[in-house]
Amino acid sequence: MQPSATPAIARPTVEQVLAWLEEVPDPEIPVVSIMDLGIVREVFWRHDELVVAITPTYSGCPAMAVIEQEIGRALALRGLSKVRLERRLAPAWTTDWLSAKGRLQLREYGIAPPTEKVIDIAGISRTPHVEPGVCCPHCGSAHTKLTSRFGSTACKALYKCTDCLEPFDYFKPH
Amino acid sequence: MSSVGPLFQYLLRLGDNCLIMGQRLSEWCGHGPALEEDLALTNVALDLIGQARMWLSYAGEVEGAGRNEDQLAFLRDAGDFRNVLLVEQPNGNFAETVARQFFFDTWHYFLLRDLLRSANSRIAEVAEKSIKEVTYHVRRSADWVVRLGDGTRESHAKMQVAVDTLWSYTGELFASDSVDEALQEQGVSFALTGLREPWFAHVRSVLDEATLTFPAEAWMQRGGKQGVHTEHLGYMLAQMQFLQRAYPGAQW
Repeated sequence: MQPSATPAIARPTVEQVLAWLEEVPDPEIPVVSIMDLGIVREVFWRHDELVVAITPTYSGCPAMAVIEQEIGRALALRGLSKVRLERRLAPAWTTDWLSAKGRLQLREYGIAPPTEKVIDIAGISRTPHVEPGVCCPHCGSAHTKLTSRFGSTACKALYKCTDCLEPFDYFKPH
Repeated sequence: MSSVGPLFQYLLRLGDNCLIMGQRLSEWCGHGPALEEDLALTNVALDLIGQARMWLSYAGEVEGAGRNEDQLAFLRDAGDFRNVLLVEQPNGNFAETVARQFFFDTWHYFLLRDLLRSANSRIAEVAEKSIKEVTYHVRRSADWVVRLGDGTRESHAKMQVAVDTLWSYTGELFASDSVDEALQEQGVSFALTGLREPWFAHVRSVLDEATLTFPAEAWMQRGGKQGVHTEHLGYMLAQMQFLQRAYPGAQW
């Protein structure tokens, strides 16, 4: 790492910074960027300091610390040394913030993107196992079955395609 | 510790419930009855430990004595923990883990739903973040109660024993004391008795669906919220806190 390799630009625009952050991948699902996941909520200048406001996806997501390091490193490589990271809890992160590009990239990677808009927290009466419209990312079939509401990371559930029989991850609506 | 205000005590209760429940569930790591279930148990544990961090870091700020979330988690003794007795009960067999989780998740969901409108904005924010996760938790634990209760003769019998055994730890969930009352007056929290009705209704409907018998009224255990715990908590903390006690300040 050569933090001073790029000569420091007087003050890059917020748009420029956002474009740089597009190149920071999620540590657990590296095909999508932290921008496409909606983790970066706001970027702005406060006097001579750049503030990057981020929000955790799930409370216990172990990737958060790595994401903070990666943001700091990515911006240091562009010559920005005075960067402050601010964690925001509200409004709570939701899969509504996933970009269209991010959804496409998830599917290509083999993870079915979330279908419902958000999880319904209004009640807990018992619901059937099938979430309509979860399509197999391998063969495209809509004939799929929930194996488990919890998967290899906090944000995913386990599904199985009943046509091609492949198991796959489903990015849970949240 | 007893000299600091009710908000600190209340935050310890919220945080300790999540921390101790999460630690108990993490004991299943590598021992789940199936791979998917091993993942689910530890996923729920991870969510709860994340929530515990949010509550305990805020508790540390409110206390103002320089203690952070790690010091609160790893350097307090059993008598200073404020979790309800239910969450420290041992895992037992899988049916007992399921019953404990179902009782807790259902209560946790209704509690957080109230806290969304807390007059304390930080509490409302953490509740908003947590309730989405807890909605997934409670759906899963109800699924398991039905699957085991309405399953084989053996799974039904074990599920019924688990529900009956843990029942005496559910009364504490709705019992208020002076800490609760002080915060209720400020609109920070809400009457715990208000959680009783929706909790009972959900538990009753799930037990019905699971062909299980709703437990008869029983004498209820309490004390955890005031720091009087069952013997199980000390053993659990001995394991959870060992590293920080043996190597103070050790970091990854």
